Amino acid sequence: MLRYLPLSRVAIYGGLILAAAIYLFPMAVMLSTGLKTMPEIQIGNALSLPRDPTFAAFAKAWSGACTGINCEGIQRYFLNTVILIIPTALIPTFLGMLNGYVLSQWRFRGSEVFFALLLFGCFIPLQVVLLPMAQVLGWLGLANSYGGLMLVHIAYGIPFTTMFFRNYYVSLPPELVRAARVDGASFFQIFWSIIVPISGPIIIVSLIWQFTQVWNDFLFAVIFSGADSQPVMVALNNIVKTSTGTKEYNVDMAAALLAGLPTLIVYLISGRFFVRGLTAGAVKG
Amino acid sequence: MTAAITIKSLRKTFGALTVLHEVDLSIEPGQFVVLVGPSGCGKSTLLDCICGLSQPTAGSLHFDDQDVTNLPPRERDIAMVFQSYALYPSMTVRQNIEFGLKVRKMPKAERDKEVTRVATLLKIEHLLDRRPSQMSGGQRQRVAMGRAMARRPRIFLFDEPLSNLDAKLRVEMRHEIKRMHQLVRTTTIYVTHDQVEALSLADVIVVMKEGHIQQVGTPQEIYDKPANTFVASFMGSPPMNLIPARMKRRDGVAGAELLPAGGLPNWIKLQEPAKPIADGEELIIGIRPEEFHFTSERPLLDGDVAELTLPINVLEPLGSEYVFTSTVNGAEVSARLNAKSGPHPDGDTLQVLFEPRRVCLFDPGTSNRL
Ligand SMILES: Nc1ncnc2c1ncn2[C@@H]1O[C@H](COP(=O)(O)OP(=O)(O)O)[C@@H](O)[C@H]1O
Ligand SMILES: [Mg+2]
Repeated sequence: MLRYLPLSRVAIYGGLILAAAIYLFPMAVMLSTGLKTMPEIQIGNALSLPRDPTFAAFAKAWSGACTGINCEGIQRYFLNTVILIIPTALIPTFLGMLNGYVLSQWRFRGSEVFFALLLFGCFIPLQVVLLPMAQVLGWLGLANSYGGLMLVHIAYGIPFTTMFFRNYYVSLPPELVRAARVDGASFFQIFWSIIVPISGPIIIVSLIWQFTQVWNDFLFAVIFSGADSQPVMVALNNIVKTSTGTKEYNVDMAAALLAGLPTLIVYLISGRFFVRGLTAGAVKG
Repeated sequence: MTAAITIKSLRKTFGALTVLHEVDLSIEPGQFVVLVGPSGCGKSTLLDCICGLSQPTAGSLHFDDQDVTNLPPRERDIAMVFQSYALYPSMTVRQNIEFGLKVRKMPKAERDKEVTRVATLLKIEHLLDRRPSQMSGGQRQRVAMGRAMARRPRIFLFDEPLSNLDAKLRVEMRHEIKRMHQLVRTTTIYVTHDQVEALSLADVIVVMKEGHIQQVGTPQEIYDKPANTFVASFMGSPPMNLIPARMKRRDGVAGAELLPAGGLPNWIKLQEPAKPIADGEELIIGIRPEEFHFTSERPLLDGDVAELTLPINVLEPLGSEYVFTSTVNGAEVSARLNAKSGPHPDGDTLQVLFEPRRVCLFDPGTSNRL
């Protein structure tokens, strides 16, 4: 048994390392290509390491690469996404928290049906809502604008965040809210002083979820954003597809890495909290 | 400061399920009332209606002269202690106790005074900066009581507050609750399914079953004169013995025959029941286990004394007493005898005495007391 156990460990770690290598390999090639010069790339060995690593491609991707006719790099679009992400992460998180509080602690006639319908929103394929969404944005006068794209992301995020918070709050002992009501607290007093302070882990889950959803989104972005509100993912696509002169693979790779960096950082920093929040059980009173 | 409670024809239904049927109850100011009954009989539902967390389907509820039937909980000036304590997890003990005062906009200085008063009373001063997760069950229970007392409500409600504690702590907290009540004399309704708790705490006990009040009375009344066979067997441990028999008069004196298994029939005298009963009609004789005595205790007994020779089925010596079971008229009977009064019973039978006037009679049809 004692001899057998380390062997199984070896198998597990071996498997994990192999899986990690398979997933990391494309990224390693991207990084290595992004650090090369064009002449080096044209030699044609994608797997070789850069002989003379340079950040020139990253600089160009950031501020000089051409997307269609203008050549300002991705920086403006990167900023667009940053602006987009703030309300689209915060608002659905707050509304999801409020919805979850009501659906778990203030059940009303039909609240379970309401929740079931809301869950529907999580499973509808994006493509199905595109046309109606465009129609509605047109009516609201928000077509091709920041506001329109924000509204789409907020609306699409609410079912998910509601589900997170509702499922987190149903594990609370129901006596908590009952005790607070007898103590004399109102609906919002209970929300702010009792519910919000114990929501830390699930707020983080919700924020990370919205962050990655919005940051990585391409479909909504390409359809609903205007020319001056294009998020970075759309710009990235335009850089890669722009075909004036030679194809600069190093710049493409650098741009892709830059565009993907924020989600990577978010996960590295708070991935632990994400897992912890998703698996957190009842808060002991 | 402390209020009377009047409940009139209160009914509560959940869809097709009627949980409370026409409940009527009057509670005097300062009384400690215990609602007792088996799980699911509607105790918590009644408590919820009293505190306003739940709306009665019909009927009315008054605190003193004020109709509170439709008031939300916060306008009722009541406090409640829950089985799961329900302390606010993110708050310290101090903040938990303060919360109700803060919500009512009491100034900080007064709040501090109140927290200190309550903490001293409950001996939890050293816990004020802890969070609920850093305390034991007993400590949480004290804090929950402190939170309820801080507002000086006119009514206290307790819903099975001791059920989550171990046996030793339960007794300790029971005394603590009694002590607090004697100190503040606030009208209290206390829900439990534990008849020992009910007997030991209550000024008045309300026994419930399936949404109906069975009996209201002092612990002694409930114990000595149960209104029906349900109360007789729910209160007391081991429960009252219920022995089926028939009325059999001798020279016009009410009585019945008891037949111990394997023994001879023995006629005992009974009190004439208030409701007239013909000879030969069935009735149920109720005798508390501790009403049986060793024959050596005869000088302690008054008036008529009946004597029975009971076969011993199972005998348990418990130090201070012997508990044994026997069979009379086909029913299992248990008896508790004072161990000091007799030798260790050996043999298959035991001669015991009881006073027929201490016997209860029930109607087997309605199961009500005769
Ligand atoms: N919200 C509710 N919806 C439906 N049935 C309920 C509800 N609350 C309680 N009941 C039912 O009412 C009955 C009495 O419950 P309860 O008052 O909690 O009993 P107790 O406190 O005496 O154990 C139970 O049968 C329970 O299932
Ligand atoms: Mg209950």
